Amino acid sequence: MPEYLLKIRRFDPQSGQAAYWDEHRIEMEESQSVLDGILKVRNEIDGSVGIRCSCQQAICGSCGVRMNGKPGLACNTHLGIAADRKWRNEAVGGPRDEGEERVIEIEPMGNMPVIRDLIVDMDAVHWKKFQRVTPYLVNKQPVPEREYIVPHDNMVDITQTMACIQCGACVSDCLSMEIDPGFIGPAALAKAYRFVGDPRDADHKERLKDLAEDEHGLYDCTHCFNCIDACPKEVAPMSQIMRLRRKAGSDYHIDDRNNGSRHEESFTTLVKDYGLLHEAELLPRSFGGNSWFGKFAPGAGAVLLKSLPAIVPAVLRGKVNIKTAILGHKIGSKDLSAVQRLFNKVEDRKERIELNLYVVGEDSEPEPVGASAASESENS
Amino acid sequence: MKVAYWPGCVSRGFTPELHGSMAKVAPLLDLELVELDRACCTGAGVIAEHNQELADSLNARTFALAQQTGTDLMMNICSTCQGAQSECQERLDANSEYRAHINENLADEGLSYEKGLTNKNLLWLLVEEIGLDTLKSKVKRPLSGLKVGPFYGCYIIRPIHRLGIDDEHPRDRYMQMVIEALGGTVIDYAGVYKCCGFPIITMNMEASLAMAGRHIGDAKDADADCLVVPCPLCHLNLDLQQPLAARQAGRELGLPVLHLPQLLGLALGLEPKDLGMSKHVVRPTSVIEWSSSVIAGVPA
Repeated sequence: MPEYLLKIRRFDPQSGQAAYWDEHRIEMEESQSVLDGILKVRNEIDGSVGIRCSCQQAICGSCGVRMNGKPGLACNTHLGIAADRKWRNEAVGGPRDEGEERVIEIEPMGNMPVIRDLIVDMDAVHWKKFQRVTPYLVNKQPVPEREYIVPHDNMVDITQTMACIQCGACVSDCLSMEIDPGFIGPAALAKAYRFVGDPRDADHKERLKDLAEDEHGLYDCTHCFNCIDACPKEVAPMSQIMRLRRKAGSDYHIDDRNNGSRHEESFTTLVKDYGLLHEAELLPRSFGGNSWFGKFAPGAGAVLLKSLPAIVPAVLRGKVNIKTAILGHKIGSKDLSAVQRLFNKVEDRKERIELNLYVVGEDSEPEPVGASAASESENS
Repeated sequence: MKVAYWPGCVSRGFTPELHGSMAKVAPLLDLELVELDRACCTGAGVIAEHNQELADSLNARTFALAQQTGTDLMMNICSTCQGAQSECQERLDANSEYRAHINENLADEGLSYEKGLTNKNLLWLLVEEIGLDTLKSKVKRPLSGLKVGPFYGCYIIRPIHRLGIDDEHPRDRYMQMVIEALGGTVIDYAGVYKCCGFPIITMNMEASLAMAGRHIGDAKDADADCLVVPCPLCHLNLDLQQPLAARQAGRELGLPVLHLPQLLGLALGLEPKDLGMSKHVVRPTSVIEWSSSVIAGVPA
């Protein structure tokens, strides 16, 4: 059996002592879990190691930790895979030295206060934000006499978010929450989509308006994709956040005070008008409104003034060309016309067409004949 | 090597030095760039947020134009373009019926995207197509003594499955490998894989600038001479916005940020001025001083 060096991050906030690495060498099969390793240390070497766990089958979601930098469930991460990650994190090419020590650094999840060792305070962050999004179905009235009938694709779609086991791995590595702890965060927003995507729920618009208006809400996500890679259940929280934005902006036309929908509209309009992004127009339009006159709105003026320390040197050094900043840059007229026809064709549809790979899956080889694209009706 | 070349919008707008330096470096790497000047913006994930079919159609059009150039290899110089295009390509390649539907949208131009196009950021192309050994052999002025902090940008490293990152293709280590191949010293700091903050600059400017400020500060504290980025949008937040990020962070920063082709160009023997470094908001003084000292050290 291979030997692993488990470096467990120990910390007791009550003690007044700094956190430290507690090192233990254990021999275990590489297919055993990191949790098996931690429990071996706790049961046979040091009973004071703090770890929260229960089912040990990736169902209860209680053993979330960071293993060699990546968050996940200790119970469904093999020791061998976790140790390989350390080598990969430090790789600069060349084959792996088989004699190299197999090290696994185990730390508590991030973005949440540590209660002790590997146990974090889920109540203080995760559950608080979860409760923020009204995490239950609000029935449409009148309630039907018999069961609600939900279209199959709708049900499969929200099943993705229902797969969440509330382990907090996505919260741990959210790069927006790292800077802005007020951000509602990926787990709670994925839960919000579970109801916004459910045709039985009565409060779609109210939920979206609430989340769009919150200054730490829907539009604080920075597209870092960390939550997608962190999730052990393939919930893809960031994809759900993008669906919430699509519904808020395109279906319900919610003009939020965070410039979120205006940014999206302005970006899309500028690409339609120029073929390429007209960067100089994007900022003022996002703040002042989606038209050429947006820059004269008070909100846009204030932000342009604030940005002068960046704008002035950029202009003086030729990074920003005045002519390009005013006129933008365009693709050729024939191609621009073709792109605009494409915009019109797609945007004139009564129903948006989307392909949700979670619902339809990928073509198997050879490609089947019957795979279908999911369509999503407006306001559903 | 011939590649269908998608430069992106920002490299021809607010970061012209990126487009210019790529043009200078390409012949030194034996790259023949067939520029896709008929193609439009990838949408940077924002158009997909607005309407997925629209983003997929616009990018399928670009892929179709790339396939008309007679090569199956497309190259970009923007992490965000890579991520946005990879997301659309994943859907187009996964489902033949959906691909046929999107191709119907392109039919009036006589265009069609056929599954099989390979789309690589310059960083991936350097390691996987050109090769680090070949790259090393082309180095005329090793970056000896230059301490470089890599900054990837989210769209080129996550999500790992969509981007094909695995043990065979450790694309999240390529920046470190390239810096070493060029003779530089890799600076490891907390921000290597973090977000520059640009996507939320209009929605939450404080958080956006705080992100940029923290990562630049961390690199500076780790003694980096400069950062290098494969993404012009990261460059906007880390360089153009650096005066504001410094104010937000409440500390002096002044750390130069280079585009990947600029770093390559330095090692391949080009001068900082030829690579457009005078256009940066943060003057790359440390890099120019390094460059001058290396040139001064060469015997006449």
